[in-house]
Amino acid sequence: MAKNTKKAEEPVRKSGLFEYAPAPESPAAAGDIATSYGHFIGGEFVDSSGSEALKTVNPATEQVLAEFAQGTEEDVDRAVAAARRAFTDWSALPGSERAKYLFRIARIIQERSRELAVLESIDNGKPIRETRDVDLPLVAAHFFYYAGWADKLDFAGYGSNPRPLGVAGQVIPWNFPLLMLAWKIAPALATGNTVVLKPAETTPLTALRFAEICRQAGLPKGVVNIVTGDGRTGAALTSHPDVNKVAFTGSTPVGRAIAKQLAGTRKKLSLELGGKAANIVFDDAPIDQAVEGIVNGIFFNQGHVCCAGSRLLVQESVQDEVLDALKRRMDTLRVGDPLDKNTDIGAINSAAQLARITELTAAGEAEGAERWSPSCDLPGTGFWFKPTLFTGVSQAHRIAREEIFGPVLSVLTFRTPAEAVEKANNTPYGLSAGVWTEKGSRILWMANQLKAGVVWANTFNKFDPTSPFGGYKESGYGREGGRHGLEAYLDV
Amino acid sequence: MSTLAANATSAAGSGLADVAASEASLRRFLHGLPGVDQVGLEARAATLGTRSIKTSAKAYAIDLAISMIDLTTLEGADTVGKVRALCTKGRNPDPTDQSAPRVAAICVYPDMVATAKAALNGTDIQVASVATAFPAGRASLPVKLADVADAVAAGADEIDMVIDRGAFLSGRYLSVFHEITAVKAACRRPDGTAAHLKVIFETGELQTYDNVRRASWLAMLAGADFIKTSTGKVAVNATPPVTLLMLEAVRDFRQQTGVQIGVKPAGGIKTTKDAMKYLVMVNETLGDDWLSPHWFRFGASSLLNDLLMQRQKLTTGRYSGPDYVTVD
Repeated sequence: MAKNTKKAEEPVRKSGLFEYAPAPESPAAAGDIATSYGHFIGGEFVDSSGSEALKTVNPATEQVLAEFAQGTEEDVDRAVAAARRAFTDWSALPGSERAKYLFRIARIIQERSRELAVLESIDNGKPIRETRDVDLPLVAAHFFYYAGWADKLDFAGYGSNPRPLGVAGQVIPWNFPLLMLAWKIAPALATGNTVVLKPAETTPLTALRFAEICRQAGLPKGVVNIVTGDGRTGAALTSHPDVNKVAFTGSTPVGRAIAKQLAGTRKKLSLELGGKAANIVFDDAPIDQAVEGIVNGIFFNQGHVCCAGSRLLVQESVQDEVLDALKRRMDTLRVGDPLDKNTDIGAINSAAQLARITELTAAGEAEGAERWSPSCDLPGTGFWFKPTLFTGVSQAHRIAREEIFGPVLSVLTFRTPAEAVEKANNTPYGLSAGVWTEKGSRILWMANQLKAGVVWANTFNKFDPTSPFGGYKESGYGREGGRHGLEAYLDV
Repeated sequence: MSTLAANATSAAGSGLADVAASEASLRRFLHGLPGVDQVGLEARAATLGTRSIKTSAKAYAIDLAISMIDLTTLEGADTVGKVRALCTKGRNPDPTDQSAPRVAAICVYPDMVATAKAALNGTDIQVASVATAFPAGRASLPVKLADVADAVAAGADEIDMVIDRGAFLSGRYLSVFHEITAVKAACRRPDGTAAHLKVIFETGELQTYDNVRRASWLAMLAGADFIKTSTGKVAVNATPPVTLLMLEAVRDFRQQTGVQIGVKPAGGIKTTKDAMKYLVMVNETLGDDWLSPHWFRFGASSLLNDLLMQRQKLTTGRYSGPDYVTVD
């Protein structure tokens, strides 16, 4: 069939380099995206009682993906009422029965993981490589893990027959839309609670797709309810009098407002807030792997990670060596189309977030820190920010103190372990930290000294459903994941 | 090409001249190299393995991979006929498509060097030979040197030597160092030129990644032109993490001394997909400087056919089958 014969394309060798041809994932794999969405209440997709609608855009193209409802107080009221009605039966089910639903949801997530990964990438702007290889496997793993706990709650260390709290109102951020949903919904359902969840206003699509999965799994109506909208909807949910438990992941200012709002009520509250993690590299560290850890720590998910290693503390004696290696490595980072399987860094989630990153990096320069970025091209449309490194940063700089939530790394130095600890802890936050050294005793000593909920040793940004996650100080309170994550949803 | 003299000069300039002055100084140096974190190294190699190489990039990579192959036959049953057939294939890998590039070298036992040399006459395909009592390396130094001299005299362009893993694992680094320098000297030809020296670590026997990094530096300090993972004769041969580690070592060595060393993973690389992963590792660790048969080779016997089949698929749009490529 000569007509099918085509000559192999000319090898691409721009300026003598091995250039990877685009390897785009198909946007069609995300499945049908409706032009507009209502809420998911009582097992049905329903229209909002109000007329206000918000738009969600693809941050890589700025194209509107769909309209969705701005949830009103009445919508929240309906959702909480549906959850309350469902609670009676759901909490009375034997744990082994609840587990069956959770296992079923986990399996459906695995079966539909490509669809969910592509949808997440389109809605959020994060690279498909991360949604495919990190987010979705972890989402399924959380449902599997908590499904396993559902019939073993008597052995979780909270006494025999611990009771669920009732209706959980959950508000999640836009950086890991589906993963944060899993972190919150899986333990809530395993322990017998019912939920009303509000996804972030820039990334509602995967939560709404998850609602379909709940229906596919035959989950009893009202056990999971999704109400979309912005902060007003969130406030209506967290302040609703018939909510027994509030779980929030997001910024510290909003967390503080919720804590004030709930003070004096009987609602149980867990908060996962901001961070400004120190990633500490000693002179005896495995340098090549430390560089990978630094890159993964701050450039993973465009730096939209509350536990991102945004402050690099490097021992003075290896400062030059580490920085040279880091810059060389940053030169190979590929920024661009999130759906390209070879993209390392995708789009910034929103124009607002891009503006905040831009403002803080300008402040860094104005305050005298030295800025460096690799020479990479950025797409013309969409929200983009080059991976950025600041050297000559001191503790007094804003970029060393405030959470930037973008691909921006501040580099500080230290001379002794005690100085490293002092600088690492000198922050209002305390979510995570990383230690890089080949000396085991120093790892243990550092882990004891660091005021952070998670301390990674010779690695960074590693997550596992069996491992609890949470913060100190202004990074919030309560733990998610692991056996500890059950406590937030049990009356103990 | 780096020579022993060039190595020594630049090593002196970089403060490495006295490293091999004594067993103690050599040990101190090798043990002072940055450690390797196993989890991190393997994770990085796995991540590089997920790069998606398609269309034009794939066409380029396939041809590059073919041109980097040391087409190898190292069997006890090797015959003159088999080696000649292999040489013919190396010159003209795909009889149906003359645009397919030739391989980099034909790799044979020393007694087959003359046969290969004659069969490759008129081409620039190198003849590589595994000497030094390959693959175990269990012979006295004079025997190993005679093996090397024999292969060089027969016309070998490249010598693949194995290190004494027993000496290395028991910490007698200086003995390994001296053996490499002696073999390097034996690679010299009467006309003053020298066969290219590839030093094989048999990384599957070195047990730890720290050992692989130390072996890499040891060989480079001793004058290796290439460092090579393995013989292909043990259970664990080239792996992506080990190769990545060796790539990092040659990168650091050039930064410190200015001398560029080649890398050759060998054994177990059978598919185009595997080869692509290695090329991605080279590309993202060392960049364009090493993306040439001059600095990176695949030691392989069955990889070529898979590359040819993938190449035919890109050209015709259809998959062929094993009968559309030659068996030797």
